[in-house]
Amino acid sequence: MLGWVDTLLQGVLLGGLYSLYATGLSVIFGIMRLVNLAHGDLIVLAAFVMLALTAVGVPLWLAVVIVVPLMFAAGYALQSALLNRTLGRNILPPLLITFGLSIIVQNGLLESFSADTRRLDVGPVQSASLPLGGGIAIGLMPLICLGAAIAVIVLLNSVFYRTALGRAFRATSDDVEIAQLMGINNKTIYALTMGIALAVCAVAGYFLGARAGFDPSVGPARLLYAFEAVIIGGLGSLWGTLAGGIVVGVAQTVGAHINPEWQILSGHVAFLIVLVIRPRGLFPRAVD
Amino acid sequence: MALLETDVLTAFYGDFQALFGISFAIDAGETVAIIGANGAGKSTFLKSLAGLLPRPAASVRLDGRDIGALPAYDIVKLGVALVPEGRRLFRSLSVEENLLVGAYGRHGDGPWDLNAVYQLFPVLRERRATPSTALSGGQQQMVAIGRSLMSNPRILLCDELSLGLAPIVIRDIYAALADIKARGTSVVLVEQDLAHAMAVADRAYCFQEGRVSLTGRPKDLTRDAIHAAYFGL
Amino acid sequence: MAVDQTNLTPLGLRLRAALHRGASLIRAGADRAAKASAAVNRAGFGKIHHRPARFTVTTATRESTLTALLAGLAVAVLIALPSFAGRGLLQELFYVFTMLALAQLWNLLAGCAGLISVGQQAFVGIGAYALFAFTLMAGLEPVLAIILSGLVAGLVAIPAALIVFRLRGAYFAIGTWVVAEVCRLILAQVKQLGGGTGTSLPPDIVDSVIGLHFVRDLFHVRGPAARDMLSYWLALALAVGAFLLVYKLLRSRYGLALAAIGDAEDAAESTGVDVFRTKLAIYVLTAVATGMVGALIFLQKARISPDAAFSLIDWTANVIFSVVIGGIGTMEGPIIGVAVFYLLQDYLAALGSWYLIILGGLAIVLMLFAPEGVWGVIAHRFNISLFPVRRRLIVATAAADEPKT
Repeated sequence: MLGWVDTLLQGVLLGGLYSLYATGLSVIFGIMRLVNLAHGDLIVLAAFVMLALTAVGVPLWLAVVIVVPLMFAAGYALQSALLNRTLGRNILPPLLITFGLSIIVQNGLLESFSADTRRLDVGPVQSASLPLGGGIAIGLMPLICLGAAIAVIVLLNSVFYRTALGRAFRATSDDVEIAQLMGINNKTIYALTMGIALAVCAVAGYFLGARAGFDPSVGPARLLYAFEAVIIGGLGSLWGTLAGGIVVGVAQTVGAHINPEWQILSGHVAFLIVLVIRPRGLFPRAVD
Repeated sequence: MALLETDVLTAFYGDFQALFGISFAIDAGETVAIIGANGAGKSTFLKSLAGLLPRPAASVRLDGRDIGALPAYDIVKLGVALVPEGRRLFRSLSVEENLLVGAYGRHGDGPWDLNAVYQLFPVLRERRATPSTALSGGQQQMVAIGRSLMSNPRILLCDELSLGLAPIVIRDIYAALADIKARGTSVVLVEQDLAHAMAVADRAYCFQEGRVSLTGRPKDLTRDAIHAAYFGL
Repeated sequence: MAVDQTNLTPLGLRLRAALHRGASLIRAGADRAAKASAAVNRAGFGKIHHRPARFTVTTATRESTLTALLAGLAVAVLIALPSFAGRGLLQELFYVFTMLALAQLWNLLAGCAGLISVGQQAFVGIGAYALFAFTLMAGLEPVLAIILSGLVAGLVAIPAALIVFRLRGAYFAIGTWVVAEVCRLILAQVKQLGGGTGTSLPPDIVDSVIGLHFVRDLFHVRGPAARDMLSYWLALALAVGAFLLVYKLLRSRYGLALAAIGDAEDAAESTGVDVFRTKLAIYVLTAVATGMVGALIFLQKARISPDAAFSLIDWTANVIFSVVIGGIGTMEGPIIGVAVFYLLQDYLAALGSWYLIILGGLAIVLMLFAPEGVWGVIAHRFNISLFPVRRRLIVATAAADEPKT
């Protein structure tokens, strides 16, 4: 019994990490109807940049403070320079551009850092744990990660729902043509959106590096978990994405509890099941 | 010099040509009606003016300045606002949020702010927090007009205001329009409802298959002339 | 996309002139062939209808008839090739033919039906594992096993389609990827087929390919060389088969339905196209063919592992890249694209990661500046179509010699 409670808790905490992976993807798709196939690789890129900064003596907290706005700028540039040129109904150009980017990032990291597994050194908090009584303890880092996931969603929602810029984002998402009639420059909105997504990727990269090992090839798997979290949660709702992340996390830990080799497969199977019985997700908001 | 004018304006949807050289002008304070059958190109013309369709260079001039190359989000900041056909409110925004978005592309100072719009359409104030999808057709039209007014336009382009609305509602809309005119805003009115259009317009153009088939002051245009121009008979 | 004429160097201008001459030569030659066939066409029409036909709908262009003849010739040469070519060449061509088959199938799915899948590696892997299962565990003859493996892939495609068709656009793409991952992870659990590390085909199975002894004796070669020849012929058969399948399909009513679905699905539905069934049929059909190709590839390799059989890079990224660089949505595109890709690989593979970085960069540049691919640029510029699938209306007036498009 205890084992199952522990498993569920671990799943929820893992869901926090997956939610962080997924939030950027959810925002991009909600506003731009775009999928960035390099999303996972950019999370890994952020982790590696932080690693490199710590290797030259920058304290990790400062590295994070540097990398988050840096990734925002990179996202803004990526959208402005490349992806804004392929706006339109055809999904193949943006898909292929981001696919090419994914390959470039993965192999660029491979060339620069080798295929060894790395970790971000977060100090003693890495193995700290919080006893919950009854013999169950949860890791402090995973808890902070879940907290960060929630904080990011609260922050983004307050931008989207309480500011004029946020209204502009939502209007663009609803009807990009009419949004332009309101004086909203959709290209700027898209660039800001991509910037936000990549900034969240940077935060996700930190927790990826802090919680587990990473190497240049783990990007695509992160993309898949993020994607599954978004679909399960339902398009258009960030809290839904959090729920989706938790569903994937719990599915994985439950699967691993039964048989360690089944961890990833369980996540995928849960996704497919949700897709069959609730194709619009658990908490859909947007109507496409 | 006209406030807004076009010179042999053409428009295409892909390979399909919708407008074949429209020459048009509107002076400050004027109300101009554009009438014509379905598919004549009236909405296409308004979309071109508003910048939603690509225009050839030097074909559209505002205050004598060529705005053909400007995108829609810059044109509204110069004072040309379009109330689109079919209302097209933002579905995930409430009434008030829809209105506030309209102010994003404000053209300088002017009489229109949230309170002024609520005064024009009192029923919207009561329903300010309602999702825009939960309104009746007439109320949605009010929100659409109010939203465009929030940018303080010098010229308001109205596309089929009366579409799908009950006569009593249309009357209210046109009453509001009179108010808008009274504050000095120029209005270009695309309408299928001939009676209302001709009643409020200073001048009228009739479009037929992408061309201007008739133009003049409403009182100078005979019923037969309009019929002929409308249907191209 | 027209070539900007003001910026060509003298060499460029000469090249352009040469291409123009070449194009008009092809057109002249095709003209003669086309006139002959047009006369036959008219005669045929005269027999069927009481009144002479006022118009015809055709897909043939002037160049296409000549190209068909040349292509037939080329295939004949390729069939005869093993009698005088070395093993090295046969092995390289094997790779080219299998890539060509995969490219044409992906092109059909994504370019023509609008189903952009990044999960076709699922069917390559399933076909491959099915082959290993049929030969290792059931002792079947390999060629028979290849065919059955294709069918197995098709069977799996049905429930897969029912699931992923709930997604649209880019999300459909990733959904197909998830399906491929699920297949990979499940098969990695099957211990009888090697589990996570994989397994090999023992020599007696590899040598049990039908016709091996016949070929060995006929050409006086040893076992492995004969095997290479047989694999080569099978690969050629699959490549040509895939080509003919796609070509016939696109020129049939199905092709029209596919184009309609690709353009505007809801509109297509309203004109009576059974969108769901058509999409399902295409998806399953390409899965069957892809499965067969996968089975053949891994029969030749004689070694399998989950990562190799379900490799995203090998069976999807490279394939997509080939199709796109050649020209998506056209018949000629995959052929040119595979050729270009193969040359790129030959010259650049030694660079390791840098080769992949260059490939990724090329994909980006391509999408920004020439999304219609090499063939797209050529076809546009010179207005030729070697394997045409677009229907053209030819209005027969007295003076018309030149069909109007």
